[in-house]
Amino acid sequence: MTTQPTNASERMPILDASDIVRARGVARQVAGRIGFGLADQTRLATAVSELARNVVQYGDDGFCEIADLSDANEMRLGILVEDHGAGIDNIDKAMKDGYSTGGGLGAGLPGTRRLMDEFAIESEPGLTRVSIALVRKRS
Amino acid sequence: MKIPILRLGKILLSSIQVDLTDADAMQFQNDLVNKIAEMEALGIVIDITSLEVVDSFMARVINDTAGMARLLGAEVVICGVQPYVAMTLVEMGRDLIGVDCTFNLDQGLEIIKERIGMRGDATMIEGEG
Repeated sequence: MTTQPTNASERMPILDASDIVRARGVARQVAGRIGFGLADQTRLATAVSELARNVVQYGDDGFCEIADLSDANEMRLGILVEDHGAGIDNIDKAMKDGYSTGGGLGAGLPGTRRLMDEFAIESEPGLTRVSIALVRKRS
Repeated sequence: MKIPILRLGKILLSSIQVDLTDADAMQFQNDLVNKIAEMEALGIVIDITSLEVVDSFMARVINDTAGMARLLGAEVVICGVQPYVAMTLVEMGRDLIGVDCTFNLDQGLEIIKERIGMRGDATMIEGEG
């Protein structure tokens, strides 16, 4: 389930709010380069934006890794966002619409899951990892 | 990054041309709301044609800004939502709730003027500074 970025990956530190803008820009660029259409580029950029914001808001010292995992049959963009903050107490709750401990809308994680084809999250104090992927058959 | 807010009679016009950081977005909200109050603007048009990503935070800022403007007494229209932005927002379960949208600036201005006209203070659009 968890997508491990392998070759052709790009890793960016997520430390402050300007990194959110940069990360979503890179996600869009890489997606475009692989051949994803504009709608999918937007989905990916938005998903990265949500996850990167969580890192800035709740985590400490995180990073975002964007990897081209495509092969001859499919385009696959895998993204791993990791941080070393306090962790998520209750993942089930965090995945519910409208639940937030940080004064937000509580739309980030559930929204991201809806946008992506694959979504996995694990969290413990000091380490939270979210991996997502968008997959399209080559036509 | 300061987003310019232009004045057209009693209407304020703003176009977001760059990808905003969260702080920029909050600054914009603050500037716009203050300017509305200061000049008692009757209408606000916000053009987001150039925004390629509207995530849940940005959607909230836009919604909130529109709500604040209305509380002050101004009409609000958002124009130029990109098709892929619309798709992504709805798929995520988000929306620009209760904010009226138009394809482009022309239509946005037209609707705003119409609305102001219906309120009976249309004369304030022309001439008055």
